[in-house]
Amino acid sequence: MATLQLHDIVKRFDDTEVIKGVDLEVNDREFVVFVGPSGCGKSTLLRMIAGLESATSGDILIDGVRMNEVGPAERGLAMVFQSYALYPHMTVEDNMGFSLKLAGVPKEERRRKVREAASILQLEPLLERKPKALSGGQRQRVAIGRAIVRNPSIFLFDEPLSNLDAALRVQMRIELARLHEELDATMIYVTHDQIEAMTMADKIVVLQGGVVEQVGSPMELYHHPRNRFVAGFIGSPKMNFLEVERVSAAATGVEVRLPGGDTCTVPVDGSGLDDDALTLGIRPEHLQLDPQGPLTGRIEVIERLGGVTSLYVRMQDTLVTVSADGNVDSRVGDSLRFGFERDCAHLFDGEGLALPSLARHPLAGLNRQDNRAPAAAGRL
Amino acid sequence: MTTLKTKVLPADGHLAATSSGARARHTPLMPSAGMRRVWLTLLGWGIALIIFFPILWMVLTGFKTEAEAIADPSLIFTPTLESYVAVQARADYFKFAMNSVVVAFGSTLLALLIAIPAAYAMAFLPTRRTKATLLWMLSTKMLPPVGVLVPIYLIFRDLGLLDTRSGLIIVYTLMNLPIVVWMLYTFFKDLPRDILEAGRMDGASTFQEVVYLLLPLTLPGIASTGLLSVILSWNEAFWSLNLTSSNAAPLTAYIASFSSPEGLFWAKLSAASTMAIAPILIFGWLTQKQMVRGLTFGAVK
Repeated sequence: MATLQLHDIVKRFDDTEVIKGVDLEVNDREFVVFVGPSGCGKSTLLRMIAGLESATSGDILIDGVRMNEVGPAERGLAMVFQSYALYPHMTVEDNMGFSLKLAGVPKEERRRKVREAASILQLEPLLERKPKALSGGQRQRVAIGRAIVRNPSIFLFDEPLSNLDAALRVQMRIELARLHEELDATMIYVTHDQIEAMTMADKIVVLQGGVVEQVGSPMELYHHPRNRFVAGFIGSPKMNFLEVERVSAAATGVEVRLPGGDTCTVPVDGSGLDDDALTLGIRPEHLQLDPQGPLTGRIEVIERLGGVTSLYVRMQDTLVTVSADGNVDSRVGDSLRFGFERDCAHLFDGEGLALPSLARHPLAGLNRQDNRAPAAAGRL
Repeated sequence: MTTLKTKVLPADGHLAATSSGARARHTPLMPSAGMRRVWLTLLGWGIALIIFFPILWMVLTGFKTEAEAIADPSLIFTPTLESYVAVQARADYFKFAMNSVVVAFGSTLLALLIAIPAAYAMAFLPTRRTKATLLWMLSTKMLPPVGVLVPIYLIFRDLGLLDTRSGLIIVYTLMNLPIVVWMLYTFFKDLPRDILEAGRMDGASTFQEVVYLLLPLTLPGIASTGLLSVILSWNEAFWSLNLTSSNAAPLTAYIASFSSPEGLFWAKLSAASTMAIAPILIFGWLTQKQMVRGLTFGAVK
């Protein structure tokens, strides 16, 4: 059992406020990912939870107990650092057993616990080595092993995969997901990589400028972003934003004029909307080549990935990304007509806030756990 | 197929061009690069010889008779231990040497004990004033020691520290403290913060952090700092001459005692000096690897 609550957490360094009142609830056994651009405060928030940084104001509760004044080791957490932070002068075994040694655990028991954790991570053959003699991926595993040995109530990860190469990152991502299942522990994970967030999280917390922009399941964030920032941050390639003009707005839909002059109705609740200048958000994968489509532009760059081809299309002063079929037969300089699925379009008001969709996406409430529960198939 | 061909061809052509170009440039450069090396080597040896020459001359003079020592400089002579015997007959070298050892190592140990916590605080818990504090500490080295001689002499007299080893240890500790703190600060600062934070997450107290993580990881730096402190204390003369007379007098005072009372006796003075610097020279030679490694620790990573 381990839950975490943050109540109105503020962090100030001298005169700069880096965390501006964060409220958050992390449930038992949940995999929560903090994601955001660099400097958004996600690492600071994690360090405050760890106890390495003090909160200027607000409460940090672990299992309902206020922890603000409790030291890092007494909070029952373990942290995996971006740099791994292994002790270079100790062997893998000593690295993993250091916390137990400090706690006065007898040598035999220490050995047993280290070996237990090592077997989960397939580290047994490396126990006598020093960190210097390990590869990046092995170091990463030792750092995780050091956390496991402490048997923490909550695991904290600070961008743990950012020093690994792309292939290893994918492998470690899968391994971490497996570990989460195996250990049945609460995990909080910080990353700037939205793919890591999307693939591993039960719950994503999107941060920007020290403020939580949105909290939700990956599919919730993808299908129902609360504002332009979240819409642009989640999803790859990035969502396209087109400046559009309001024609009419009602609770049943908003009619807008597209850059080409055509009009279309987006199925969002437009009641009370009085901005004229709106932003239409369409993900690249929701744009389709269509000779009768309302949008037109000239191809500037083509990126062929094999299965998918990304077309970068110039429409006046915006560059629109279109995810097309891998076999699409277009050339740079070609003129292109394309359309989009109305149901997948997002509309943002003058402030950048999303207008609520009329229909909730069927997968928006899907959790990572639901992927494997047989009941989930029936629910869809 | 055609695109493949066009891609391979320029790449090949480019490769060939660079290698032949390099060969063309390489050949005429060969002798001049070699000459440069010879000149630089000669220059290096020349400078080293100039720096080392006074010490060499001193060692040689120590093995001459007094008459030879003041005669026209000559490298050809029959070595004699006459001066060494005379020097040892007049003053007990080992008593002075013992004082030097105790004072140099004692002051270094004390300086490290004070400086390690100080440097830890400055490196890992810096405030807005840390940089200024460090500069201020170093600035005390700009004051000529003679400026505080009278007050320190009076304080030492009142506290009964004149001509005691502990008195000298205190003065040398204070003298070296700014440099020791500064050097340790630089070494500590190079240690990734994450490692100490990981230790804290693992439950280490500040003391355990220092003992289990900081000290083992910065040992090369601490060692070279300690070595420098030992050498500086060993060679210090101003305070030892002014604050000691017989009981606590170290080797610097021993050398000085041969220069003044009976006029100049070059051979005896040289013999005494050679004996005084011999231990630290051997010490420095044995630890030079450690010294260089420590002093260039942060520079070349």
